[in-house]
Amino acid sequence: MSEKVKVTIDGITVEVEPGTTILNAARQIGGDIVPPAMCYYSKLEGSGGKCRTCIVKVSKGSEKDPRPMPKLVASCRTTVMDGMEVQNITSPEVMEARAGVVEILLINHPLDCPVCDQAGECDLQNLGYEHGLQKTRYEFERRTFERIDIGDKIQLHMNRCILCYRCVFTADQITNKRVHGILNRGDHSEISTYIQTAVDNDFSGNVIDVCPVGALTDKTFRFKNRVWFTKPVDAHRDCPTCSGKVTLWYKGADVLRVTARKDIYGEVEEFICNTCRFDRKKTDDWVIEHPTHISDASVISSNHYETMIPLPVIQENLRLQKANKVELEKTAKF
Amino acid sequence: MARKLLLEHINVPGINTLDVYRQKGGYRAVEKALKTLSPDDVVEEVKKSGLRGRGGAGFPTGMKWSFLAKPEGVARYLVCNADESEPGTFKDRYLMTHIPHALIEGMVVASYALGAKTSYIYVRGEMMPQIRILERAIAEAKAAGFLGKNILGSGYDLELYVQPGGGAYICGEETALLESLEGKRGNPRIKPPFPAIAGLYGCPTVVNNVESIAAVVPIINESGDEYAKIGIGRSTGTKLISASGNLVRPGVYEIELGLPVEEFIYSDEYCGGIANGKRLKATVAGGSSVPVLPANLTLKLANGDPRLMSYESLSEGGFATGTMMGSGGFIAFDEDQCIVRNTWNFSRFYHHESCGQCSPCREGTGWMEKVLHRLEHGHGKMSDIDLLVDVSRKIEGNTICPLGDAAAWPVASAIRHFRDEFEWHVREPLKSQETNYGIAKYAEPIAKAEVNTEN
Repeated sequence: MSEKVKVTIDGITVEVEPGTTILNAARQIGGDIVPPAMCYYSKLEGSGGKCRTCIVKVSKGSEKDPRPMPKLVASCRTTVMDGMEVQNITSPEVMEARAGVVEILLINHPLDCPVCDQAGECDLQNLGYEHGLQKTRYEFERRTFERIDIGDKIQLHMNRCILCYRCVFTADQITNKRVHGILNRGDHSEISTYIQTAVDNDFSGNVIDVCPVGALTDKTFRFKNRVWFTKPVDAHRDCPTCSGKVTLWYKGADVLRVTARKDIYGEVEEFICNTCRFDRKKTDDWVIEHPTHISDASVISSNHYETMIPLPVIQENLRLQKANKVELEKTAKF
Repeated sequence: MARKLLLEHINVPGINTLDVYRQKGGYRAVEKALKTLSPDDVVEEVKKSGLRGRGGAGFPTGMKWSFLAKPEGVARYLVCNADESEPGTFKDRYLMTHIPHALIEGMVVASYALGAKTSYIYVRGEMMPQIRILERAIAEAKAAGFLGKNILGSGYDLELYVQPGGGAYICGEETALLESLEGKRGNPRIKPPFPAIAGLYGCPTVVNNVESIAAVVPIINESGDEYAKIGIGRSTGTKLISASGNLVRPGVYEIELGLPVEEFIYSDEYCGGIANGKRLKATVAGGSSVPVLPANLTLKLANGDPRLMSYESLSEGGFATGTMMGSGGFIAFDEDQCIVRNTWNFSRFYHHESCGQCSPCREGTGWMEKVLHRLEHGHGKMSDIDLLVDVSRKIEGNTICPLGDAAAWPVASAIRHFRDEFEWHVREPLKSQETNYGIAKYAEPIAKAEVNTEN
C-alpha cells in the first residue's frame, strides 16, 4: 500500500489513498461538505466532469506547489495531492457558481415535477431546492422532444434529460452492446437509440436507476404512485443472472416497483437484471430482509416506518402504552 | 519591407509543387535536421526560438514538446491541428493552399524531433480542396524521399496522413480533435491527463497548429537564436494575421510581432486603412473568441502608449482594457457596423458549435444567443444587459474546454465597452432597426478616468 495523502476540505483534514478524487475524499468525510454530483457515478468508469455541479475551489494546490488552481475544478475528476486545501461550502465563489450551474440546468428543464415519476427521489429537485432561484430568468420557450419508447419497459423523456451521460456509460459497461447514445450537439443533443431500436438486453433496465432525473422511467411503474407513498424494503431472491439484491417499493400489499439498492449518494450498489426489475412483482418471489434505510432529509422518509419506535413519553407511561397498544404491536412486528 | 519567413516565396508561380519549392530552398530544414541534428537538438532550437503556439493560446511550442512523455515501447504521435474554423481566421487555409510543402516539411522536422513514426494532419471537413492539395503534396514528398521509410538515408521512418474532419468547430480543441481522429464523437476530454501523457489512442501526443509547425522550418534553417531576434520581448518571430472586415485591403499578412496596430491598419503595406473613407469603430484582434475593443483602446493602451501586435501588448490591461492575440483573426468594424448585431452573430456561432457535453456551455450559449437576438431585433429590456453579463460569468471558467470562455468573452467585452449601444437598442427599438448607433465616442482618445475597470 502506498503512502496516504492528506487533503483538507472546508477545514476538515482526511487521509486518503493517492489517486482519490476530491469528491471521493469528501465522501470519506461525509456530511454537508460533500459536493453534489449529477453526472459522476462511482460505479461507472469515465463518468463525471460534465454537469459541473460538483465544482470546488482549490485554494492550495499541494504541499510542494501551494499555488491555488486558477479556475474552479470539477471535484469528481480532480485527484487530490498531498497537502491540498479545498473549499466547498465555505467559498462564496463556489456557491455562486453552483447556483449558476443549477439555474442553467433548469432553464430547459420542463419542471413537470407534479407529473414526473422521479419526483421525491430526484437529484435535480434536491439541487434546485438547495441552490435554485425562486423564479426563472429564462423567458423563452423551452426545448422539447418527442417521448421515445426504448423497448417495451423503458420510456425516454428527453425534455427532462440533463445529459449526464450516465446511461450511456451504463450501457457501455454492463451490457454487451450499447444501442443508444448521443445524437446531435449543443443544446439539441439528445439521448437516442439508432432509429428507435428497442434496447433488448438483460441489464438495460439499470439505465432507469442511474438516471438522476426523470428522463428514463420504468413503464411498469409509470403514473402508478408517488414514491413518497410507497414503502421500500430490502429483499433478495435467487437470481441466475444477477445478485438478486433489490429494494421493493410497497403500496399496501402490492409491490409497485423493484429497483436496485442505492447508497446514501443515490448510487446503486449492485446492478440488477430486467427479470428481477420488471417481472417479479409479487411478494412471494422475494425473501424480505428489512426496511430500507432512507435518509431523514428525503421526502420518502416522511411516510416511512423504519423510525416507528415508541416515543420516550409512551415508553414511560403505562396509560399511554395501553392507548397505543395496536401501534406498539406493529412496532414489535418489525 | 518587413521580414517574411513563411510567406517569403508566396508569389512564386508553382510554389505549391515540390520542384519549385525545392528551388527556393525547400526541404533544407529536413536535410539539416535529419543529417546534422539529434531530435533533442531540434527541440532545443525550438525552445531557444521562443516560438509560441499560433493556434490561439500562445503556449511556448518548445516547452510543449519537452513535456511529451517518452515511455519505452509506446508510440508517440504528432497531430497537426488544421481544423481552423474560428470566425475571422483563415491563415492556415491560405498557407495550406499556397505552400503545402511548408507544412509538410515542418511536419517531418517536428515528427523527427518528437520521435513520432506516424503523424496526422487533421483538416476541417469543409476544406476539401486543401485536403486534395495536401494529399498531392504528400505524394510528391514521398516520391522524393522526404517521407516514408528511411528518409534521406537517416534511418528515420515517417508516415504522414491527412484526415478530414466533420467540420465541427469544437474539433479544433485538441482533445476533441483526438477523439474525432480516433473515430469517436468529437467531445473534449476532461483534463488531466493531458495529451502529452495520454493522447491519441492513449499514447503521448503533441497537437500543434499549422502555423506553429510551418514556423519550425525557418527556425531550423536559421537557428533558434536568429529567430528569437525577430519580434519583441517574449513574442518572437513572425505571425500570420488574417485581416477581414471593413478594410481597404483585407487578406493574410505576415507581420513581425511588435508592429504597431495603427501601422497594421493604416499602412499601405498592410491593410491600407478603413474602406470607403470611413472611420474605425471597433476591432476584434484575434478571432471571434477574444474580447472586442473600441477603436481608441485598439490603437492605444489605457496609458496612452501605442498598442503593438504582440502577445503581451494586445493583452495589456487584462480584460478591462485589453484583448488577446488569439489565432490572429483581425476583424475591423467601421462606423456603420452594429456591435449588438455582431455580438449576436458571434453568439449564434458558439450556440451552434457547442458540443453539448457540459451544462454551462450547452444551455448558457443558447440562452445568451436568444437574449441577444431579442436585443438586436428591438424586443430587449434594460435588465437583459445585466442578465447577459451574469450568464457569461456563469459560463466562463466553469466548462470542460475553452469553448465556454470563448463564447462568454465576446459578449462580456461587448457590454463592457459598448454598453451605450446596447442601451440605445433597448431605448430606441424602432430606430435601431433602421439606423446604426454610429461611432459615438469610441474613437475619441482615452481620458484615463473614462476607462471602466469594473466588471
